[in-house]
Amino acid sequence: MKPRKIKRFSSIANARINPKGFHPSQIKFHVLLLPLTLIMLLPILFIFSHAFKPLDELFAYPPRFFVSNPTFQNFIDLFAKMGNSGIPVTRYLFNSILITVLTVAATIIVSTTAAFALSKKRFKLKNVLFTINTLALMFVPIAVSIPRFLVIEKLDLIDNFLVHILPGLAMPVGLFLLKQFMDQIPDAMIEAAQMDGATDVQIYWKIILPLIKPAIATIAILAFQASWNNADTSAMYLNQESLKTFAYYLSTLTTTTTGNTVAGQGLAAASSLIMFLPNLIIFVVLQSQVMNTMSHSGIK
Amino acid sequence: MAKTTKSRFSLWKRKEGSAYAFLSMYAIAFIIFIVVPVVAAFFLSFTSFDTLQVPSFNGLTNYILLLTQDEVFMQYILPNTIKFALVVGPGGYLLSFFLAWVLAQLPKLPRTLYALILYSPSMTSGVAMAVVWLIVFSGDPNGYLNAFLMNANLISEPIQWLQSPQFLMTIMMVVTLWSSMGVGFLAMLAGILDINPEIYEAGYIDGIKNRLQEIIYITIPSMKPQMLFGAVMAIVGTFQAGAIGVMLSGSNPTPQYAGSLIVNHIEDYGFLRYEMGYAAAASVVLLLMVYGFSRLAIRLFTEKD
Repeated sequence: MKPRKIKRFSSIANARINPKGFHPSQIKFHVLLLPLTLIMLLPILFIFSHAFKPLDELFAYPPRFFVSNPTFQNFIDLFAKMGNSGIPVTRYLFNSILITVLTVAATIIVSTTAAFALSKKRFKLKNVLFTINTLALMFVPIAVSIPRFLVIEKLDLIDNFLVHILPGLAMPVGLFLLKQFMDQIPDAMIEAAQMDGATDVQIYWKIILPLIKPAIATIAILAFQASWNNADTSAMYLNQESLKTFAYYLSTLTTTTTGNTVAGQGLAAASSLIMFLPNLIIFVVLQSQVMNTMSHSGIK
Repeated sequence: MAKTTKSRFSLWKRKEGSAYAFLSMYAIAFIIFIVVPVVAAFFLSFTSFDTLQVPSFNGLTNYILLLTQDEVFMQYILPNTIKFALVVGPGGYLLSFFLAWVLAQLPKLPRTLYALILYSPSMTSGVAMAVVWLIVFSGDPNGYLNAFLMNANLISEPIQWLQSPQFLMTIMMVVTLWSSMGVGFLAMLAGILDINPEIYEAGYIDGIKNRLQEIIYITIPSMKPQMLFGAVMAIVGTFQAGAIGVMLSGSNPTPQYAGSLIVNHIEDYGFLRYEMGYAAAASVVLLLMVYGFSRLAIRLFTEKD
């Protein structure tokens, strides 16, 4: 009698928001979501399937969605290939990895320190500065690409490796999410540490950073996506091929090589999988941290 | 006198110095790469500037030209931008909210799987996706869409999807909507999941009858801050996505300006014609549009107290 009663209660709970288990009323949502997600998934599946197609399947008529004789030939060709002006493809890949690692690390340092000041320090301009940053959430970088170009030119960053890293360092969304997340750390904790004689640097390093790991994971993902997928910086600010990124190399495969599409298609298919995979893996690994952070994302 | 300013400064340094030290790195990057370009765009918009000579002040000429003389802007760019923004902005936003709400009705495991699939297109906007869409919408018979339609005997000749003015805009909207479940979507999902279940119970006691009433009277009011965050992300994402027409069609301007948005117009004048002052005026108009839409969202979702 008793267990059944509990079960009945839990089944009512499962018919509401954030259920713990299955309930027949959820079927209608699956009926809606299954076809929709399958359609959403098709282009992603296509990236995987296309990358392993041999040449004759890439150009088969009628085209087939799924690969029937998978091969690594596209990847072998890609890594054997010299890009424009004799730069091996591995060089673009190396640049992208290095740039992404440096950008993510730098973004984390720059935004967590600033968020610490805005969330936990007391100073006059605190609220004004946070409001300015919230306003900057509406900033559309692409709109001011021209004055940005002039600034970067004035700073002598053209053909400089640092141009990959510096312009994206101030990420208003990142600072916003970090600050909101940090606000839930009780001030009493920090005051206690101050009583014990901890300096601000120690508080930041030993108390704040370990407690905001989910938010750090989230901005790491955002910085990663912005940097790893960036082809524009290479196209606009760099003339030296040896400083450009893998994303840029991929964009040359899809736009300029209309003349040799036969060779380009296999390479583009393999490259797009290499571009996509790290995005997916990092998000899958860190997704629960992201959801934790997003609970504090509201603009009040 | 000098002594008091000095001690006042050291007092300030002791009280607030550390806060500014922590802020400094972010502040420098923020000023150089966000504030200066925005201010510069504003000032350049009142000048004539070809990058070679010093900018010369010409008052409101750029704005007047933009609004009265630039036929391309008035006939194609502005209507295109508004059309694109209205479909992709509110469309993507409502879709994000609706899907987040549906996902919140499911237990953790299926919810996470669905969320991952819905979020994945927004992870890799741009380059990698261009490969997929260029093949799907390819103009020759073995493009996927052409092959599918010819197979079904719906068309007899392959269609140049990405070069046809009548299709380009629709394709741009579909592709952008497909990748619109981004950070805002995740924020709204988290927001819905965080609502205290007791509020719902109280709502049912107070006479809420169905799920729709539940959404309108409980869910949305309880997560206004996340709704606003999602709205701002949707607006910014919409205007930021402007380059997609050029990416798909492979040319700027796009065929007969069918897919050209303000962003492309700015690049057209700035980087191809070197009329920087004029391009800056278009930039300012774009920034004002983003700001205007965001203000509207803020009015809708801010608690009035």
